[in-house]
Amino acid sequence: MSAAETLLEVEDLRVHFPVLRGIVFHRPVGTIKAVDGVGFRLARGKTLGLVGESGCGKSTTGLAVLRMLTPSGGAIRFEGRDITQADADTLRPLRRRMQMVYQDPYGSLNPRMTVADIVGEPLAVHDIGTPAERRAATAELIALVGLKPDMADRYPHEFSGGQRQRIGIARALALRPSLIVCDEPVSALDVSIQAQIVNLFEDLQTRLGLSYLFIAHDLAVVRHISERVAVMYLGRIVETADRRDLYKAPLHPYTQALLAAVPIPSPALEAQRAHPVVAGEVPSPMNPPRGCHFHPRCPHAKPVCSETAPALRDLGQGRAVACHLHGD
Amino acid sequence: MAEPLLSVRGLSTSFRGEGGVVRAVDDVSFDVAAGETVAIVGESGSGKSVTALSVLRLIPEPPGRIEAKAVRFAGRDLGALDASGIQALRGNDIAMIFQEPMSSLNPALTVGMQVAEPLNRHRGMPWPEALAEATALLRKVQIADPDRRLASYPHQFSGGMRQRVMIAMALACRPKLIIADEPTTALDVTVQAQILELLKTLTRESGTALILITHDLGVVARYADRVCVMYAGRLVETGPARTIYETPRHPYTVGLMASIPRLDEEIGRRLVPIEGQPPDLSALPPGCAFRPRCPRAVARCERERPALEPIGPDHHKACWNDVRG
Ligand SMILES: Nc1ncnc2c1ncn2[C@@H]1O[C@H](COP(=O)(O)OP(=O)(O)OP(=O)(O)O)[C@@H](O)[C@H]1O
Ligand SMILES: Nc1ncnc2c1ncn2[C@@H]1O[C@H](COP(=O)(O)OP(=O)(O)OP(=O)(O)O)[C@@H](O)[C@H]1O
Ligand code: SF4
Ligand SMILES: [Mg+2]
Ligand SMILES: [Mg+2]
Repeated sequence: MSAAETLLEVEDLRVHFPVLRGIVFHRPVGTIKAVDGVGFRLARGKTLGLVGESGCGKSTTGLAVLRMLTPSGGAIRFEGRDITQADADTLRPLRRRMQMVYQDPYGSLNPRMTVADIVGEPLAVHDIGTPAERRAATAELIALVGLKPDMADRYPHEFSGGQRQRIGIARALALRPSLIVCDEPVSALDVSIQAQIVNLFEDLQTRLGLSYLFIAHDLAVVRHISERVAVMYLGRIVETADRRDLYKAPLHPYTQALLAAVPIPSPALEAQRAHPVVAGEVPSPMNPPRGCHFHPRCPHAKPVCSETAPALRDLGQGRAVACHLHGD
Repeated sequence: MAEPLLSVRGLSTSFRGEGGVVRAVDDVSFDVAAGETVAIVGESGSGKSVTALSVLRLIPEPPGRIEAKAVRFAGRDLGALDASGIQALRGNDIAMIFQEPMSSLNPALTVGMQVAEPLNRHRGMPWPEALAEATALLRKVQIADPDRRLASYPHQFSGGMRQRVMIAMALACRPKLIIADEPTTALDVTVQAQILELLKTLTRESGTALILITHDLGVVARYADRVCVMYAGRLVETGPARTIYETPRHPYTVGLMASIPRLDEEIGRRLVPIEGQPPDLSALPPGCAFRPRCPRAVARCERERPALEPIGPDHHKACWNDVRG
């Protein structure tokens, strides 16, 4: 691995939710293993893309990293400290250094607050600076994300989706975080606006040295913005690699299926490309298949695949894959 | 040239609301030939769905108001049909598939009944025969164990399976045209690929034309023969798919192509966004609606609205500036 300083390290992370039934007395009838063995490392100033289909546990991983929920197992180290089971008092100062940007900026912005109040609120909550200093800092943040000063006194509903995402980003930056978990930050935006926000993320990273855990299902956007990529399937990481390797030569059959399914915006290329489709759909995490979770859909499955779950095996050169085809 | 299967001329649809009148679709003209796939692309609110719904007169009037110079389908003037005539056409000669199949499926009826019903109603098949045909259709859309699945209810199906049921229903009456409005937007990418491959295979097999509404430029490149690009309720460029992708000529299309990251390009390119914000249809500027965001605007753009004009073989654009590349 490169010598770059590790900002965030996640090891064998598990987040299990009890499934409750009953109207008056809730009784547990099962467990959803939303995250069940996730590990990755994010270097300071870099971006790790986290991809996978709906329900595979991306958001849950993001929330666990920010300790907005408590993991059932594994370890999370942030800026060198183990925060896996840290209590509220220990977390409070660290929370400033880890922020989140959401997919739906509208749902996460208080409609009755002005833009300036929304962006400056974290400063007020943490009692940072004098009111005048906070006003100045807020104005700076608003300019930093490319909004005009006269927008400060307006309300979220007056803005388009892309502008609202800028407001959400300005707010996330208020406390000078080192890590931002971006959960599908551009997927609700029109393509013509996505590029504006992607460029803003890139510029902010260069200027402020931010690290991003970039959650998305758009594989082209992830390839564009992330140096490293982790692919999830049903609660587990199936492959991690530098983006060049992952996209050029995916090793896990699921990564291969995912990349083959993404159409390339070129009719000439698409006309030459074979379109193999992987059968089936992602099974319920309530009741995942035995062994490798992907085996019922995998075109290369061997008998062992339905028996034993393959471990995430380090292949060197920053690549790791969890697949029996890439064993000893 | 043979008459196209569907020919739309001067279609405009407006909605009257509190904020005044919104022209959701403004003077739109296009053709769909028998058996071809035409994609309609454009950003959210550009009028893609309203265009399709207006052709089938599925817009409630009021608050909507549909006007058209001509809408012809399979040699017939749709403008001359009354409500029951249009209704007979829908689900028979023209079928529609929506993004959220749950909203078009009846939660209280078995899947078998719903697939068999149009066969019984439009094709006059007796029920036992219609149910047997429904089984065959479910098999055709690759639903495993179709005999048993006839008795299932929609909520027992996954999103991908429900969309397969919608396709089966659309195919039931052997339509000449299927309009699919964002049929896979809610689905995972591997399931999206399954559904679109299925639609392609089945429409090719039966020679059914397809209008595919989507905002995914990759999907368009993979499946469309021709493309209509919409912006603020108007068509701004139309042409064969390869022409639109390789030599786009409207500044909006040129901008779209430059703004998307692609799996086939070198890593490290800076994306070139289209600056500004999407238009507010209730407050469109005079002249070209794209002008506030357009890097190529000329003086005339501010005053006069450009019309869709031919610029090459089967290639049209609505723009005052003669952009190349
Ligand atoms: N609080 C919760 N209680 C119970 N189950 C949950 C909870 N949060 C998430 N889950 C379940 O855990 C699984 C993973 O959910 P998660 O939201 O992390 O997926 P995701 O990868 O972010 O999906 P998407 O792409 O749809 O956002 C899902 O099956 C989800 O239903
Ligand atoms: N029933 C209605 N009443 C009033 N306005 C409507 C109605 N239906 C659509 N509109 C308006 O017409 C415009 C075009 O809408 P349309 O649904 O066709 O957009 P679209 O291109 O399909 O967008 P999307 O990609 O979000 O589906 C929008 O501004 C919309 O608000
Ligand atoms: S008509 Fe003018 S403003 Fe509109 S797209 Fe063409 S150059 Fe741009
Ligand atoms: Mg999520
Ligand atoms: Mg629509």
